[in-house]
Amino acid sequence: MSELLQFLVSGVTVGAIYAAVALGFTMIYNASGVVNFAQGEFVVIGGLTAAFLIAMGVPVFLAAVLAVVAGTVVGILLYRLAIRPAREAPLVSLIIITIGASIFLRGAMQMVFDKQIHRYDGFSGETPLRFAGATILPQSLWIIFGSFAVFVFLAWFMSRTRAGRGIRATASNRLAAALVGINTRWAMNLSFALSAAVGALAGVLSTPVTFTSYDVGVLIALKGFSATMLGGVGSPQGALVGGLLIGLIESLTAGYISSDYKDAAAFIVILVVLFVRPEGLFGKKLTERV
Amino acid sequence: MNPALRTFLILAALVVAGALIFPSSYYYRVGTLVWINTLAVTGIVVLLGYVGLVSLGHAGFFAIGAYATAILPSYGVPSVLAAILGAAGAGLLAAIVGRPILRLSGYYLAIATLGLGMLIWMVLSKEAWLTGGPDGMTVMGANARDLFKLVGLNLRSAESWYWVTGTFAVLGAVLAVNLGNSPWGRALRAIHDSDVAASSLGIDVAKAKSMAFTISAVYAAVAGALLALANGYITPEVGGFMHSVEMVTMAVLGGAASVFGALVGALILTALPQVLTVFADYEHMILGAVMVLTMILMRRGLVPALVDLAKRRRK
Repeated sequence: MSELLQFLVSGVTVGAIYAAVALGFTMIYNASGVVNFAQGEFVVIGGLTAAFLIAMGVPVFLAAVLAVVAGTVVGILLYRLAIRPAREAPLVSLIIITIGASIFLRGAMQMVFDKQIHRYDGFSGETPLRFAGATILPQSLWIIFGSFAVFVFLAWFMSRTRAGRGIRATASNRLAAALVGINTRWAMNLSFALSAAVGALAGVLSTPVTFTSYDVGVLIALKGFSATMLGGVGSPQGALVGGLLIGLIESLTAGYISSDYKDAAAFIVILVVLFVRPEGLFGKKLTERV
Repeated sequence: MNPALRTFLILAALVVAGALIFPSSYYYRVGTLVWINTLAVTGIVVLLGYVGLVSLGHAGFFAIGAYATAILPSYGVPSVLAAILGAAGAGLLAAIVGRPILRLSGYYLAIATLGLGMLIWMVLSKEAWLTGGPDGMTVMGANARDLFKLVGLNLRSAESWYWVTGTFAVLGAVLAVNLGNSPWGRALRAIHDSDVAASSLGIDVAKAKSMAFTISAVYAAVAGALLALANGYITPEVGGFMHSVEMVTMAVLGGAASVFGALVGALILTALPQVLTVFADYEHMILGAVMVLTMILMRRGLVPALVDLAKRRRK
C-alpha cells in the first residue's frame, strides 16, 4: 500500500512537470497553430541557467527569476527569428523549423553550458516529509503547486485580461482581430513569451528532483506531446489532466513493470490515443481548416 | 529523355566518376557512406518531397534493417535473407503504425514517429543480450569482395562495398523517379497540394500516405542493412534521434522534391564532417541552423534553387 502511494506521489510530481510543458504547447498551438517541437528546450534552458547561476553563488530565487527571463527571451527570439519569417509556410515547413530550432538550441546549450548532468538543492531543503508511509520531497510540493498556479494564472490571464483576450481573438481569426484593432503581432510575441516562461519555470522547479542536461529536451517534449494528445489538443484542462495521467502511468510502469522502459509509456499512450480516440479526453472532434 | 533513364545515367556516371578519382580506401569508405545516405534520403524524398509528411523516427527503420542483418545470421539465417527480412519487418511496422496516424493531420506522424524512433532506440540500447547494448555489435557474414570474385574481379573490400552501395543508390533513385511519375506518384503530389482536393478526385488519401510511409521505411531499412554489412559494426546510435534528424536535414538541404536533392544533401552532410574537423563539436548547431535557414531562405532546397539560378542566367 505504502509502495503504491509512493509511486503515486512521484507520478504526480513528474506529471505536474509534463502538465506545465503541455500547457506551454497548448498556448502556442492555440495562438498560432504551430506545434512547437522546441518546447522541451525551454525546460532545459530554465533548469541549466538556474543550475549555473546557483553554482556561481547567485541566491536561489534570483537565479530562478533570471532563468525564467532567459527562457522567455529565447522564446521571443524563436518566434521572431524562425517562426515569423516563415509565416504562411506550409505545415511541414513549420515542423522542420521548430525541430531545427530545437536541435540548434540543444547545440547552443552544449556550447554555453556543458555536457554534464546538473542539479541543485531543493528550495525548501532536502529533508523528505513523511505521511502515511510514503515520503515526499519538499521540492515535489513546489513542482505540484507551481504547475497548478501556472494553470490558474493562464486561465485567468486568457479569459480576464485584455492581452489574453487579444491572444484568443488572434488565434480564432487573425485578420478579424487585426480589423478590430488588436495588435496581432504583439499577441503572437506574447504567446511565445508566456509559453517559454512556463516551460523555463517548469525546468527551474523540476531540476532538483529530475536533474537536467543539454540533451533531454526532446524527451521532455515527447512527454508533453503525449500529455497534450491524451488530454485533447488545444484544451488547457486536457493539458493539466493529461500531464498528471502521463506522470502516473510512467511512475507505475517504472514501479511495477520495468524502470528501463518507463520512457516508453508516453509513446504507448500516444499510439493508443491515436488508435482509439484521436481527439483525446477533452478535445473537440478534430477538424482541419481548408 | 525519359526521366528515369536520365536519373540512371547521371547517377551511374557519378558512381563511376568517384571510382576513377578516389586515391585511397578512405575515399571509398566515405563514398560508400554517401551512397548509403543517398538511398536512405531517397526514402525521405518519397515521404517528404512527394507527399509532404515529416518522419522524425526514420533512424528506427534504418536500425531495424541494420540490426536484423547483424542479429539473424547468428541464428543461421544467411546475411542477404536477413537484410530482406529486416526490410520487410520495417515495412510491416510502418504499415501497421502508419495507417491510423495518417488519417490525421501531418503533425501526428511527426510526433508518433518521434516516439516510435525513441522506442526502437530504447530497445536496442537496453536489450544487451540480443543487441550488445550501447556498445553495439559486430556484423558477421557477407563481404562484397566475394561477390566480385565470382566474376573474377579481385577488389579491395572498401572498393567492392562502394560499388554495391552505389548500385543500390542508383536503383533506388530510378525506382523513386518511376514511382513519382506513375499515376500513384501523381496522386501523392495531389495530396501534397491538398488532402481535401485529392480525396474529392477519388484518391484514397490515407491509403496512399500509408503506402508512401511504408516505402520510405523500406528504403531506410535497406540502407541500414547495407551500412551494417559495409561497416561490419553497428551501435544503437544508428537508430538514434539525431540520425533521424540528420536524414531529414539532408533531404531538406538538397531539396526534398527530387532524388538529386537527396544526393546533394547526403553528399554535403556526409563529406562536411570529414573535411571540417570541428564539425563534431558544432554538429547540433549546424544541423539545426541548416534546417531553419533552408526553410526560410530557400524552402525547396539547394538543387531547385540552383536550377532556378541557372535558368535566370541563361535568359
